Amino acid sequence: MGDEANREEYIVQMKKIDKVYSNGVAANQGVDFNLKKGEIHALMGENGAGKSTLMKMLFGMEQPTSGEIVINGESTVLSSPSVAIAKGIGMVHQHFMLVPSLSVAENVVLGMVPKKGLFIDKEKAVEITRQNAEKYNLHVEPEMRVADIPVGMKQKVEILKALVRGARILILDEPTAVLTAQETEELFRELTALKKEGYTVVFISHKLNEIKEITDRITIMRNGRSMGVYETKDVSKEDISRLMVGRDVILNVQKDAAKPTDVVLKVRNLEYVNEWNKKMLDKVSFDVRKGEILGIAGVEGNGQKELIDMLFNLNVPDAGEATVNGKSVIGKPQAKIREMGVSLVPEDRMLYGIAAQASIEENVISDRCAKKELNKGPLFHMGAIHKLSEQLVKDYTVLCKSPAQQVGMLSGGNIQKVVVAREFSNDPSLILADQPTRGIDVGATEFIRKKLVELSRSGIAVLLVSADLAEVMELSDSLIVMHNGRIVAYFQDTGTLSDEEMGEYMLGLKEQTPEEIRRVCHD
Amino acid sequence: MSNLLSNMLSPGFFFSIFRISAPILYATLAAIVVEKAGFANIGLEGLMMFSALFGSLASYYSQSWLVGFLVALLVGVGMSLLMGFFAFQLETDIILVGIAVNLMGSGGTLFLCKIITDITEGKAMASTTGLITSKLCIPNINIPVIRSIPFIGRVLSGHSLLTYTAFLMCILTSIMLYRTSLGLNIRAVGENANAAASVGVSVLKIKYIAIAFSGLMSGFGGAFMSMSYAQGWSQDMVAGRGFIALAAQAMGGGECLGGMFSSLLFGFAQALGIKFSSVGLDSNLASPIPYAITIISLAIFGFVRISRAKKPKVAA
Ligand SMILES: Nc1ncnc2c1ncn2[C@@H]1O[C@H](COP(=O)(O)OP(=O)(O)OP(=O)(O)O)[C@@H](O)[C@H]1O
Ligand SMILES: [Mg+2]
Repeated sequence: MGDEANREEYIVQMKKIDKVYSNGVAANQGVDFNLKKGEIHALMGENGAGKSTLMKMLFGMEQPTSGEIVINGESTVLSSPSVAIAKGIGMVHQHFMLVPSLSVAENVVLGMVPKKGLFIDKEKAVEITRQNAEKYNLHVEPEMRVADIPVGMKQKVEILKALVRGARILILDEPTAVLTAQETEELFRELTALKKEGYTVVFISHKLNEIKEITDRITIMRNGRSMGVYETKDVSKEDISRLMVGRDVILNVQKDAAKPTDVVLKVRNLEYVNEWNKKMLDKVSFDVRKGEILGIAGVEGNGQKELIDMLFNLNVPDAGEATVNGKSVIGKPQAKIREMGVSLVPEDRMLYGIAAQASIEENVISDRCAKKELNKGPLFHMGAIHKLSEQLVKDYTVLCKSPAQQVGMLSGGNIQKVVVAREFSNDPSLILADQPTRGIDVGATEFIRKKLVELSRSGIAVLLVSADLAEVMELSDSLIVMHNGRIVAYFQDTGTLSDEEMGEYMLGLKEQTPEEIRRVCHD
Repeated sequence: MSNLLSNMLSPGFFFSIFRISAPILYATLAAIVVEKAGFANIGLEGLMMFSALFGSLASYYSQSWLVGFLVALLVGVGMSLLMGFFAFQLETDIILVGIAVNLMGSGGTLFLCKIITDITEGKAMASTTGLITSKLCIPNINIPVIRSIPFIGRVLSGHSLLTYTAFLMCILTSIMLYRTSLGLNIRAVGENANAAASVGVSVLKIKYIAIAFSGLMSGFGGAFMSMSYAQGWSQDMVAGRGFIALAAQAMGGGECLGGMFSSLLFGFAQALGIKFSSVGLDSNLASPIPYAITIISLAIFGFVRISRAKKPKVAA
């Protein structure tokens, strides 16, 4: 009888799902997954555990090799996303599914465009977007091009897209990976409100705090199999990570005090005004020294991205100077900047981090393919290249069939590992790490953080940008806070800082004196 | 030289620019739309050859230019759908499919013409030029008021119906791309097919529509070639217009208006080449002129685009 009742409360049941991709990867094996109406259900697991794969099948983007999907008690074949959408399922993908040259409104209504006669009714599209944005409290600019909006807003556009199509079951694949703490808070408030109205949410995240905070139940996956379903309140963070990884994970990094020496990166008075006349960098000056990790905290969109862009010549500042070991990097070709020993873990891995069509091997040698060791006369020394890539794949635990596999087919977290492996292993003197652990599971996060500390202690200068406040506070030796394109605070020692105090600086409520800030320039 | 100049400033010269540009413009619109949908159809040349051949044959056998014209469109669309089937569903590389169509368009059409008409003997190349009379051609249109304006009347009036529709199509295509949901879907599929698929747009359907559109435009272009530009079909009569269109698409920045100006520029270059030979320049020297202008203008446009992209934006 209890069984009977259970069956009725499940709105989605995925039974004994197997999925073998065409390249032979068994991403799901006998997975059972179910959703109760009106719950927020976490799906957790290491990178490559098969979470995205499972959800893509629920959204009709991939077909299960075997198994059954039951929706509202009816066995259903989800042959395409349109079928899933018609069943009230919406999905926000791990990597954005947006068309950059179209406006926000056009992206929102794509596939269900309002018409006036033969033509698109653009005003109506904007109106629909605006109304829904208000209704669901997701602030977006309907008329801006998607290419020009910040990542946080892109995420909201994605969620709106699903809601506008009438989704009652919302799958969010790592939605918070690109959000700031404030935006995450906002999203959670929204999800809680949706839940009250009877929406069902699947929430994928690697952040244990978030999972504990917002979800009702958890399904944990490891290696393509389900490790069971748990009530969130019954399991501790440690339990969860043990179930995911199969061993205990140290959630905090141990590090000894930094012994910084010579200045490596010297930034002076950088200024930049963007296309919309907003001052994104306002007389930014700081130094990063050998052997220290300097963190940049701040709400996303306060100039961090622009700053990194300038340092790697992805953009040119209006004024100011930046030097690495005394040599200017402004306006230099990226190859030159890399020659100076600068490494970049970019914020957007799909755009700047990898070539999705190329193999893992090709990606990891892309910055050093001209090196002597990897060449034999005019040809590649394939032996050396294979050895290098195999070593890196092993060191950085990239889950793949072989280094010859296409990077685009890896799971999101494993793609990030490929980027990190390349950038950390080319003997840099300065690492620009922009959100280095975004979308990475606890085990791998632990590994990357340890690696960053290790590299810095071996005498490398590290500039760390992270939207994850806990991460910057924990990893950085010293810290600057950016607000409105300016440095508003400098802390020599992060040990004594509280979250609340940081929050006040980040929101611009508080600001240090110019003298205090100037201490970050070590002339 | 002064002879050439006065020749060039004649209404006849400007008239010929429009006439020569029309088939290039059709093919350019075809190239623009498929490019927006995210792939390239390099088989436009071949498609036009087939449309030109079957258009003229149908016109002859039915003794009606309208039937010929419609058959040309049908052949263009039908063949392009076949190309789509090979490329999208059998997953052949679309470039290879295009090359195959071009090769067939050159040799295959001659073969078909020969066996269908069976009128040439011995070593003479098969053609339909003897079959098409001016009655079987697309009619020319005299525009009532404009025709009587001095100079301009002789430039703008009296063109083939299909010359006017070429420029009309240019406007319609632009409207289709930017004002209708079909156009929005085409652009979305071309830029991020996954994104389009994830909101339930059928990527396959959109790609078929785009390639069918390119076939339709090739049909217009082909019909124009054999039933207006020339009277009847002959071997290789499209003479590279399908390829020039690919250049015009690129030079026009992938947009309809730009594509139209590029087509006109190429039309001007060819008209100039013809003028040169008509004033007595050795035709061996005159015939490369349009191609030289094509290459030079492509180089200039490429250069301008690169330097414009590099220029740092100025904060106002
Ligand atoms: N399109 C594809 N073709 C082949 N293999 C794939 C494809 N997509 C994913 N895989 C493989 O399937 C496995 C599971 O990937 P999936 O994306 O589901 O992982 P995930 O749990 O979402 O990981 P992450 O936390 O890193 O996003 C991985 O080994 C991955 O390499
Ligand atoms: Mg994933």
